[in-house]
Amino acid sequence: MSNLKIGKMIMRSLFGEPATHMYPDVPREWADVTHGHIEIDIDNCCFCGHCARKCLTYAIDVDREAASWTIKRMRCIQCMHCVEVCPKGCLKNLPTYTPPNTEKVVDVFVKPPAS
Amino acid sequence: MNIETHPADALLALAQDTKADGWRLGQVCATTIGDSVEMLYTFEKNNELKSYKFMLNAEAPELQSVTATYPYAFIYENEIHDLFGVKFKNLAVDYEGTFFRIAEKTPWNPSAAKGGEN
Amino acid sequence: MGKSTIIPFGPQHPVLPEPIHLDLVLEDEKVVEAIPQIGYVHRGLEKLVEKKEWPEMVFVIERVCGICSFGHGWGYCMSVEGNLGVEVPPRAQYLRTIWHELSRIQSHLLWLGLIADAFGFESLFMHSWRLRETAVEIFEDTTGARTTFSVCKVGGLRRDIENEKLAEIVKKLRDKEAELRELTSVFLDDNSVKKRLVGIGALTKEDVIELGAVGPVARASGVSNDVRLDGHGVYNELGFEPCVEEEGDSYARCKVRVREIFQSIDLIERAVAAIPDGDIAIEIKGVHPAGEFLARLEQPRGEAYYYTKGSGEKFLERVRVRTPSNANVPALVKMLQGCDLADVPILTLTIDPCISCVER
Repeated sequence: MSNLKIGKMIMRSLFGEPATHMYPDVPREWADVTHGHIEIDIDNCCFCGHCARKCLTYAIDVDREAASWTIKRMRCIQCMHCVEVCPKGCLKNLPTYTPPNTEKVVDVFVKPPAS
Repeated sequence: MNIETHPADALLALAQDTKADGWRLGQVCATTIGDSVEMLYTFEKNNELKSYKFMLNAEAPELQSVTATYPYAFIYENEIHDLFGVKFKNLAVDYEGTFFRIAEKTPWNPSAAKGGEN
Repeated sequence: MGKSTIIPFGPQHPVLPEPIHLDLVLEDEKVVEAIPQIGYVHRGLEKLVEKKEWPEMVFVIERVCGICSFGHGWGYCMSVEGNLGVEVPPRAQYLRTIWHELSRIQSHLLWLGLIADAFGFESLFMHSWRLRETAVEIFEDTTGARTTFSVCKVGGLRRDIENEKLAEIVKKLRDKEAELRELTSVFLDDNSVKKRLVGIGALTKEDVIELGAVGPVARASGVSNDVRLDGHGVYNELGFEPCVEEEGDSYARCKVRVREIFQSIDLIERAVAAIPDGDIAIEIKGVHPAGEFLARLEQPRGEAYYYTKGSGEKFLERVRVRTPSNANVPALVKMLQGCDLADVPILTLTIDPCISCVER
């Protein structure tokens, strides 16, 4: 009796709950530690450029003059190396992915001048 | 690490001896260092490793192929031929430089492209 | 004897996730010779070592392949650690072993799905990947990523798993065990599956030794070739015995992988029971690798070599990864000789080819 061994499994999935979610109606639940995207606390940043130099994919640009921190989202591979090397601890990982896009997204963060 | 350095013409005899002793060819690795190419042949038997090292001239590196003794070495040798320009004599399955589709000839050992082929 | 025809197989083919091209020389329906051709995805990752400092190179090596990513990271770290002559804390060794065995579970379930897809059993493919999700979710929960974890570093690990979570992991895996048994019994006992696997592409023990095959391909032919026997990680402490089958055909290769899934669950359970508390990394400062070292590791697909050569600078001179698929391609060529054309996709899959690994 070894024909249709998968029968029981098929019956279960036919009458049971689906194994997948109705994305995007049911949002994906992320683990707390999921490597989603990098977020910067720009007020705390000292523009040392350490993250940019250590970035493997050259996704980060730091401009000390303009006090800006730029990340090319589509280049980032979420290795979290910048988070690890940041001396001020102002980079952190958020557990949500950046949305899919047809253009290469570049996010620029500028520190407001101290008043 | 157990490495012995030998002159390049000793390769075939060494390979035959290790094969007769029941060793398996683990890997072949090439490294360009200055004006020489370093070849590292690693053999494995009962979870023990031993390696033989051979130094070749980077401009016209040439070595005997071990495919007569270890037929499956053809993958490593074709790879090293394409990337480092090492010419293997009596290679059993020779892709003649078409094993890897790469834009440049011998990208990891540029001096071989200048000195050799043409 | 008809006259021979050459049929190109790949580099694009429904069963192939990655590009390998085979020129199949046919006489009627029988393959008499197969000539492999790779080289479509050569990226030169090893060369990047001249641009990336050795502590960062681990991110690059991990990305050689998505499925055996953890093993690549570990192998590279092991090689550099050997080069520097440092010892990794025992807790890190245990955690590395646990993650590596989890990788094996997800890799083998991925392969089971792919082989089901290759012989046209679509629902079996879906169910294999549904169960694979258990392992992948554990990875996401513990490392933050599903495939490329960035968790290994030279000297230890970046991330710890709390002891409660480790117990939870074992529970999650044990909960799925009954379902896994049900799934794998389809592969091992179902008639329609057996008809496609039993006796196909048999390799004898002598063939395997002659062709230098490694991993499940070698073990399915009765060669107990398993690097875990040399005790990297904590395999010696866990009492590891390789899964060996004698028949050498596609069915035996499938059976070896199925048995290894359950063996990995046992190994994880034993490792969790024995894991000591303590540090997960040692700090390495101010030294650079200056020698050469060759580390070996048992990947889900077989034995892999990681060679590093340093000159006391922050950039290494050479990194080389010899991956298991590299050693298994000659075995594939031998298997294909004399098989039916219809069995070529299945045989190509039974070595679990990872072409990106072969070319790096």
